[in-house]
Amino acid sequence: MQPILEIDQLEAGVQGKQILKGISLKIYPGEMHAIMGPNGSGKSTLASILAGRDGYEIIRGRVLYQGRNLLELSPEDRAREGVFLAFQYPVEIPGVNSAYFLKAALNEVRKYRGMPELDAIEFLALVKEKIKLLDLDEELLKRPVNVGFSGGEKKRNEVLQMAVLEPRLAVLDETDSGLDIDALKIVANGVNCLRKPDNAQLVITHYQRLLDHIVPDKVHVLVDGRIVMSAGKELALELESKGYDWIVREAKRVN
Amino acid sequence: MNSISTIPDADAAEAPHFGAVRTAFQQYESQTRAAGEPDWLASLRRRQLTRFLAAGYPTRRDEDWRHTSLDAVVSMPFALASSAGPDGRIVQLLEGSAFSSVSGQRLVFVNGHLIPELSRAVRSSDGVYVAGFASAVQEKSEILRARLTADSEDGSDGSLGALNLAFAREGAVVIVPANTVLDEPIVLVFVSFPQTAGERTHVRNVIMTGPNSRATVIEHYIGLGTESAVTSSVTELHAGQGAVFEHLKLQDESNSVFHLATLRARLESSSKVSCHSFALGSRLSRQNVLATLAGEGIEAVFNGLYLGDADRLIDHYLSVDHAAAGCASHEFFNGVLDDKATGVFYGRIRVRQHAQKTDAKQTNKNLLLSDDAAVHTRPQLEIYADDVKCTHGATIGQLDPEGLFYLRSRGLPVATARRMLIHAFAGEIIERVWCGAARDVLNRLVWDRVERTRHVSASEQ
Repeated sequence: MQPILEIDQLEAGVQGKQILKGISLKIYPGEMHAIMGPNGSGKSTLASILAGRDGYEIIRGRVLYQGRNLLELSPEDRAREGVFLAFQYPVEIPGVNSAYFLKAALNEVRKYRGMPELDAIEFLALVKEKIKLLDLDEELLKRPVNVGFSGGEKKRNEVLQMAVLEPRLAVLDETDSGLDIDALKIVANGVNCLRKPDNAQLVITHYQRLLDHIVPDKVHVLVDGRIVMSAGKELALELESKGYDWIVREAKRVN
Repeated sequence: MNSISTIPDADAAEAPHFGAVRTAFQQYESQTRAAGEPDWLASLRRRQLTRFLAAGYPTRRDEDWRHTSLDAVVSMPFALASSAGPDGRIVQLLEGSAFSSVSGQRLVFVNGHLIPELSRAVRSSDGVYVAGFASAVQEKSEILRARLTADSEDGSDGSLGALNLAFAREGAVVIVPANTVLDEPIVLVFVSFPQTAGERTHVRNVIMTGPNSRATVIEHYIGLGTESAVTSSVTELHAGQGAVFEHLKLQDESNSVFHLATLRARLESSSKVSCHSFALGSRLSRQNVLATLAGEGIEAVFNGLYLGDADRLIDHYLSVDHAAAGCASHEFFNGVLDDKATGVFYGRIRVRQHAQKTDAKQTNKNLLLSDDAAVHTRPQLEIYADDVKCTHGATIGQLDPEGLFYLRSRGLPVATARRMLIHAFAGEIIERVWCGAARDVLNRLVWDRVERTRHVSASEQ
């Protein structure tokens, strides 16, 4: 079976500074992987590179998405091909109405996939169904994108977009950070509901607590731009009780 | 003509091109006198011409004109525009024009001549007066005499204001009686259709709204043809005590037209006034907004959007005078400049010593879409009172790369993402328009212009 995402010996940096120092992982359909690691280990850099953010230099290695070179695609083509990044810091876009934006995005994606575009009524029916999943107020759709949203609303809005766009590969960049326990459960529930046998999820997190509610097939620990350990979900619990220090020491000893 | 003041003869120092101005004035005066224009106006015109001849056109040596050169206007021939009549092309232009769907009273002017066949003015029972300047100076002679004399003799409109009144053939006069509510906006359409190079149109509008009245006036400037021309427009606005008034100007003239305009507003206590300037067209435009907040408890908004492409120059000059205590004035001007366009913004808020509890805010934000576009912005506060809240700020920048990436990461093409952000930037200004019908029109119009913007599809990479 072909992996949905295959990262092979990826080395990358920003402004001449190398951040990722050789990352390899494979995510197969139906799988959810978690990447954990201390601050500054390169987690968000990896998320940004997968989504196609400007300003990163690829030094070595490759990233294949369903067998295709992901890195040569523009951010919009990645989205249309089914890659979705839930932003760590969702961007406020004053003046752009949320519903208008989401409908435009969905129709771009549908058009690309050869599906008919949805009209306003069809779109509203769809989004109202999805919005219940995230326990969000429908009024948010009338507001500008992320403007005046609370921290929790912004994160839930990311998962709402994910629910509407139905990506094949979702990368969630610290979607749990800044959430209280109720919001965390809602987000986790949303992510769980979107798990399908033919899609894959990569959850990037600093804390183990999200993993109380969503159960990854694999946990990778990223330290200083390298995956220093990969194991089952029990690794997350070990990190929670022992912290990152022991694994950082372990990594230094090996290198 | 004994009661009429005289114009001094030209001396050796007078610029040679003023000869044409003098000749045009003599011809024009004989026409207006033949038409029976009152003596007071003839006299006022002469005094204004004298004022213009003495001061001349503003030059870049004037601090207020540092970035805007009128050399092209000075060197153009000086010929008064004649009416182009209700030509088929004009009818077509009007039918497709921005506010054509907005119902209510409408006056249409072509080259500064009122065209009754294209207008829709009714003498309504509520006493609202909407008429052309030429008939208003007869019908409302005393009111206009007082208004125009007071307004023009203070000289704040500068030499261009003087030149305007010397030659103003037409314009709209709107008088709304006290306690009268007008549900529909009054739309004034000014079409320039120059037949030969250098044609000049001088329009003088007077809007007076009585105490506790409510009204909206829209001024729309459009054009046909490719000959160079000058549109000079001065609008005198007087909003009475407690009046609620919205003034919306859309300047969308042809690329060959130089548009020189002033809105002078005197606001009385407790009035609530919004003045919007949308500057989309002409080769060079200068919009002065000179406002006096004359009584207490006024809420005033001066709101503007300029979109420039090609080698247009769009200049806004604002001067807001807080002459009374407890007033709020907010100025919001956003500019989008592409190609080699230049934007100029000068905004001054003056708070007089006794204007305590003033709340004044001024922002000017500019979006540059190309490397060759430029903007000069100068917000200024001049505060003589000590218990006030005043802020100002100006920004010049490109589209937010984070916002662009966010939109693209959801599948939107880069051009669409850029348009969305530009439109949203413009939308901040459009949203402040109270009149719903006008807001819809502006939203569509601005979106269409943004669609045409050359640099929307430029890659960010």
